[in-house]
Amino acid sequence: MTTPSNVIDATVPDRIDLAALANQVELGEMFEELDAELVGLAPVKRRIQEISALLVVDRARAQVGLTSTPPSLHMCFTGNSGVGKTTVARRMARILHRLGYIRRDHVVSVTRDDLVGQFIGHTAPKTKEALKRAMGGVLFIDEAYYLYRPENERDYGQESIEILLQVMEDNRDDLVVILAGYSEQMKAFFSSNPGMASRVAHNIDFPDYSTEELFRIAKLIAEQMNYRFDAEGAVAMLDYIKRRQARPNFANARSIRNALDRARLRQARRLCDGWSAVVDREALETIRAEDIRASRVFTDGDDGR
Amino acid sequence: MRLTQGQFSFLPDLTDPEIAAQCAYALDQGWSMAVEFTDDPHPRNVYWEMWGAPMFDLKDPAGVVIEVNACREAQPRCYVRLLAFDASKGFETLRMSFIVHRPPDEPGFELIRADGPGRNIGYTLRPYAADAPPGRRYGPGRTP
Repeated sequence: MTTPSNVIDATVPDRIDLAALANQVELGEMFEELDAELVGLAPVKRRIQEISALLVVDRARAQVGLTSTPPSLHMCFTGNSGVGKTTVARRMARILHRLGYIRRDHVVSVTRDDLVGQFIGHTAPKTKEALKRAMGGVLFIDEAYYLYRPENERDYGQESIEILLQVMEDNRDDLVVILAGYSEQMKAFFSSNPGMASRVAHNIDFPDYSTEELFRIAKLIAEQMNYRFDAEGAVAMLDYIKRRQARPNFANARSIRNALDRARLRQARRLCDGWSAVVDREALETIRAEDIRASRVFTDGDDGR
Repeated sequence: MRLTQGQFSFLPDLTDPEIAAQCAYALDQGWSMAVEFTDDPHPRNVYWEMWGAPMFDLKDPAGVVIEVNACREAQPRCYVRLLAFDASKGFETLRMSFIVHRPPDEPGFELIRADGPGRNIGYTLRPYAADAPPGRRYGPGRTP
């Protein structure tokens, strides 16, 4: 028996509640978590929201009988050092897993050394090994532009790139590849590897953090380590960030983390002075202004250590 | 004659998704998978050729299926089996072993009777395919 096409199938709903679908995968909760744990990074969060929205729309489309093909999710993260490329890549696996785009919540993090061999015939098995390990999850290639070394004609990086390209195409459902690197070098890398550029659908540029964002990061890191600033300490930290930003070799959040580690050392020395002090919990967790002001940034060092 | 060795060999051949599901089970148990092939499937031949190294630290069956397909393509006229090795203390042995590929034609085994002293008879098995030297069994194929 044939159904006339103007009769609507009763099992297909004509209206779909997108909000309910989004709740099913707990999207709102996930965004809150992201906002709480990642300071700033607006373009990154926007892209994650887009990908999540696509998932919801795809599910809705499937319900009304429209076809939906899984999107290509290979990504490229560019930005200066310490802006959170690696951190986001690690979180991305959890997010994509939660959204159901990848089967497993795991990231295999590799660099050039793990992919490129040292002699003829060494590269292919090495690259394939790394790819197989990452199957079902995310392959994160840090400093990806090192893969291609135009100055050395006999470099095996090209071979590795070719295998990567093939797997990125053939096993699109099994694997998400995330490349990361500094903006300039990645641009050069893509211009010499057009095949790679065309297969990476998402180019996300990580902006540098503002002073205020860096201060929030400092507080967040300190909190995670169970430290806190007293009032003057916070002022000193803000002051430190401003001065440190103006200096060369500023590596955003990484510089902040290092500064905090050094502040911890100074705090420990202050507490242990003479090995005779008795301390309470508050003293152990408080970073005071003097711990930060002792930094060379405030005197005249050249790298702020 | 259909070769029946290892798990699932009395069932119809496993499809790729079924193989992947079995691998997923093994990997979830923390076992590592290995692919092996042979053109000498005598039951006493426990030493099959290794197809690459055993795959330690895999998390997902997709990697195993890729290797199985690569082996099938390179050795279409061989038997290919998948092994799951349990490295945990107290086991340190295979936990799974099943055939994932067979040559197109399986002639089977000949039962050989050898007359001994008195009326004793010794029995042994010999694959019909073993008439040909290694590499040419089960039809023209590549050397293992």
